[in-house]
Amino acid sequence: MSEAATTAARRKPNRGYGRWTPLWFLAPSVLTLLLIGIYPTLFALVTSFRQYNITRPRDGFPFVGFDNYVHVLTDSTFWSSLFLTAQFYVTVLPIQVVLGLAIALLLHKPGMGLLKSLARVTLVVPLATTYAVVGLIGRLIFNRDFGVANQFAGFLGLGPVDWLSTPNGAFAAIAIMDIWQWTPFCALIFLAGLSMVPGEIEEAARLETSSKLALLRYVQLPYLLPGLTAVMILRSADVLKLFDMVFVMTRGGPGSATDLISIYIQRVGFRIFDLGTASAQAILLLILTIIISRLYIRVLYREVN
Amino acid sequence: MRISSGKLLHALGLTAVVIFSLFPFFWMVSASFKTQADILSSPPVWFFTPTLQNYAEIFADTKVSGAILNSLIVATCSTLLAVTLGAPAAFALARYEFRGKSDLWFWFISNRMISPIVLALPVYLLAIQTGLLDTHLVLILIYLTFQLPIVVWIVTDQFKSIPPDLEQAARLDGADQFTIFRKIYLPLGAPGIAVSAIFSFIFSWNELLYALVLTRRAVQTAPVVATSFMSGYELPWGKIMATGTVIVLPVTIFALIVSRHMVRGLTMGATK
Repeated sequence: MSEAATTAARRKPNRGYGRWTPLWFLAPSVLTLLLIGIYPTLFALVTSFRQYNITRPRDGFPFVGFDNYVHVLTDSTFWSSLFLTAQFYVTVLPIQVVLGLAIALLLHKPGMGLLKSLARVTLVVPLATTYAVVGLIGRLIFNRDFGVANQFAGFLGLGPVDWLSTPNGAFAAIAIMDIWQWTPFCALIFLAGLSMVPGEIEEAARLETSSKLALLRYVQLPYLLPGLTAVMILRSADVLKLFDMVFVMTRGGPGSATDLISIYIQRVGFRIFDLGTASAQAILLLILTIIISRLYIRVLYREVN
Repeated sequence: MRISSGKLLHALGLTAVVIFSLFPFFWMVSASFKTQADILSSPPVWFFTPTLQNYAEIFADTKVSGAILNSLIVATCSTLLAVTLGAPAAFALARYEFRGKSDLWFWFISNRMISPIVLALPVYLLAIQTGLLDTHLVLILIYLTFQLPIVVWIVTDQFKSIPPDLEQAARLDGADQFTIFRKIYLPLGAPGIAVSAIFSFIFSWNELLYALVLTRRAVQTAPVVATSFMSGYELPWGKIMATGTVIVLPVTIFALIVSRHMVRGLTMGATK
């Protein structure tokens, strides 16, 4: 009897319990994202099928079918820019992972409480630094004449390097700034992984073996792998987005030595003002990003759904 | 007492981490107190008589103070909007099962990954057509594309941790869902909302590409102005570094406040 009463009470049609209730809560943000996210994306899609150069408005903006896509896919600069982006990724990622892991292990090791908290907190500083300002700092540090990078190079017995005006120097300089900014990200993720290892298992393993490497390989590694996957996927998306720091430091130069994909598309769109071609490039970049996001969700959010 | 070599190495390693993290920041701040002659000296000087001249100059420069004001307006308004729109969505995602939920998730997370250049192109054209180019509004709206996902993610996580018993009790008292959201979830979820607001603020404060493309004179934000100093022959390095310091300092303080949540904010919570 009492059970039936509670069920009845629960079924009582209260305001805001209908099937459509979630909609009321979701509608504002979904409508906003439709307006500011999806609508512009569709607009870009339409633009990508047009000849759209705003420096030549007399030509009008006629539809040209897949011409822009054919143009982009046969454009060797587009491919070399994508290749350069991939090169940048495989250059910085291993260094960030190895350095990040080393830092995480230092922070995980027992003892040195105060110094450890200090180190842990300072890791946040690179992550929060405005990306454009990282570029400004890079310009100062890697200046050929009065940059501190060349002072350090001098200590190592290397002659003054012309960092920002030689192709290899510029590539190395943006890579170093990226490594500075994002190694802490890897370190913090790995540290989170290390702290997931159950204390008793880690202590038992420490008693069994004195080899740090064995501990890492057999006890800690399984807890580090999800973080490693997250780092690999997120960093690939980040490198495809990378714009601010490189734009400020090198504008993609010298020549095309640091012309990463987002820099290149920005130049086609806002220097050459060929928005049709740039839109086609952006749509292709979007497709690539969607594949990466799918991968991220499939691998890392399994427990969520 | 003998200090073991292991401990010494540990301490040295940790010190190296601190130096690594802070060096570029330190170098910028120290350059902001140098005279142009000190900055241009080769090899670089580490010890010098500090000057406040650069700060005096940038605070007298209406371009810099105006840009910082613009950044403040845009970051504050977009953050408030993101929280206002995002918190109810987080409530729905934390509390209900419905069709299309995983698609919605996917959409929010993809927004974290998308290069700003993809949206910058069409939004630029649309802003020209609607006369919104070079207004605060266009930046506020476009910043929501990356702020909303962050807010929704962090706040959903926080809302999920609120015990359902509280809500059962309120329901039996006849409270409807809107009251439950306002009276239970908002106050108890406040810490998560604050963290998500701080992240939103940091990300929009730091943003360059949209601001570069969508503004001209009137609403240039701080990063755009800092970047604009980078042309001409004799660069005013001290001024540039002082501006950089002024831009970075407030967000660094914010970031230190949410440092425990940094990983969650940057990975959209994929790693705990």
